[in-house]
Amino acid sequence: MIRRLQNRFAIIVAVLVLLYLFLPVAYTFVFSFNNYRKSNIVWNPQGSPTLKHWQDPCGAPGVCDALVTSLEIGVIATLVATVLGTLLAFALVRHRFVGRSASNVLVFVPMATPEIVLGASLLTIFVQGFSRVGLGLGFWTITIAHIMFCVSFVVVTVKARLQSLDPRIEEAAQDLYAGPSATFWRVTFPLVLPGIVGAALLAFSLSFDDFIITNFVSGNETTFPKFVYVSYLRGIPAQANVIGFSMFVIALTLVIVGQLVGNARRSSK
Amino acid sequence: MSALAHVGQAGGGGPTDPAPAQERAGRSWLPYLLLLPGALWLFVFFVIPLLQLFTVSLQSQFPGYPGYYYRDVNFSNYLRALTDFAPQFGRSLLFAGLATFFAFCLAYPLAYAMAFKAGRWRNVMLIAVIAPFFTSFILRTVAWRQILADEGPVASTLNALHLLPGGHITETWAAVVAGLTYNFLPFMVLPIYASLERADHRVIEAGGDLYANGFTTFRTVTLPMSMPGVIAGTLLTFIPAAGDYVNADLLGADNTKMVGNVIESQFFRVLGGFPVAAALSFTLMALILAMVFVYVRRFGTEELL
Repeated sequence: MIRRLQNRFAIIVAVLVLLYLFLPVAYTFVFSFNNYRKSNIVWNPQGSPTLKHWQDPCGAPGVCDALVTSLEIGVIATLVATVLGTLLAFALVRHRFVGRSASNVLVFVPMATPEIVLGASLLTIFVQGFSRVGLGLGFWTITIAHIMFCVSFVVVTVKARLQSLDPRIEEAAQDLYAGPSATFWRVTFPLVLPGIVGAALLAFSLSFDDFIITNFVSGNETTFPKFVYVSYLRGIPAQANVIGFSMFVIALTLVIVGQLVGNARRSSK
Repeated sequence: MSALAHVGQAGGGGPTDPAPAQERAGRSWLPYLLLLPGALWLFVFFVIPLLQLFTVSLQSQFPGYPGYYYRDVNFSNYLRALTDFAPQFGRSLLFAGLATFFAFCLAYPLAYAMAFKAGRWRNVMLIAVIAPFFTSFILRTVAWRQILADEGPVASTLNALHLLPGGHITETWAAVVAGLTYNFLPFMVLPIYASLERADHRVIEAGGDLYANGFTTFRTVTLPMSMPGVIAGTLLTFIPAAGDYVNADLLGADNTKMVGNVIESQFFRVLGGFPVAAALSFTLMALILAMVFVYVRRFGTEELL
């Protein structure tokens, strides 16, 4: 009886915590249907719920420009950070070399540094050095900063996957007369690929949602999180809720489809 | 079990590790080639900016020309940072500490249920923990402002029951701590879950077989086995929470400003604020790194990575 209660207790707390995690997301969703007058903070019963914001998601000035900027930066930063981070992870897991532990520290410390310090330090080099080379604050400085903080997270994710590989699989490939490059491209790489894909998704979501570092190095450029923050004082347009919630649905769909595909592959083998 | 031990060893990364089979003599340049682009990027856009920030933190102002500095070795910026903004520093550490504690209290049962009780729902719950991240964190923080606002459900219920002394939740430290707890909760859940999932369930069952009751088993077996996850989780929650200024900005008031708010406003809104802001940033980072290294010394690095 007590055991049963204990079992139930953990599950009940877990479900409550999950509900708590989703509560603001639900609020964002509900207020995308609000027929508000001045600012989208209080629910207006007159004419709500309305679909007008969903029918015109770019209706608020600047919101779609900010979204496009965020998507562009996200894609570039993800591609570059995934390549750099994957190479680093292979070097750190598969090789012993002079400077390895220093490299480990170099990868780890950016993750242990508060974002505000990263943003402030990048701002000092961008305003003092880079404007002389013609690189003002804007799209490219944001992209450079995003690549920098995504690399470490890519390394950690790919490293975990590499470390969990059974070395006997690769040894078996070599016993079967596969050369080093065949072993790598036909055995190692496909096995590590899920880790690389996961790292890329993580990098994209970190880049897309970053505000603190972006705010320091963005100049007049506006990303989606910056748009939401800046428009907070005047009132955030419901179109931001529409876009924010749509991104949530798209990302969730991608993750679930990815899981299902992974499961199907595993069971078909 | 031996396979597990092997994985553990591969992650151990000590100097005694045998070189992996892939490595061949005469290809010793290969790791450096793999390392070069990423390490170079981190060097140019992480190490150099930090050094630059350090030199800025030592600059002095031209007397009579606010906003103009010259290179100097002037530690008075640090003194100003620590004396003028001591309350904000204290608040940052206190709020981040409280948020870390509350996040731990919420995260542990969730991670425990996911690892031991969820069965085939485990993956669904894992996705559910990550999913809120896909909505912009600023939008979610603004949603909390609506939920906790005076006319919102929480404050109006508490006020109707006369349980809210000041009458408000927003614009108080409680709202800031609640926001910090919420925003960094998944960073606590995921590492604890990972270490519980990796733990050998048979060891926990053995605790029960040896007549330990549920609580004793938890305290002496389960909790110690999940310690690496708890350590990683506390760091991953505390560090971003201590440097955050968005929660204090959107949910708090002037008397709940944290060190992040000061750094931000010194950089953007105070003419000649650069050196003090740099000194504040550096002090914050030094404090946090010191904390991390004490942890790392105590519990080993690779578990964190």
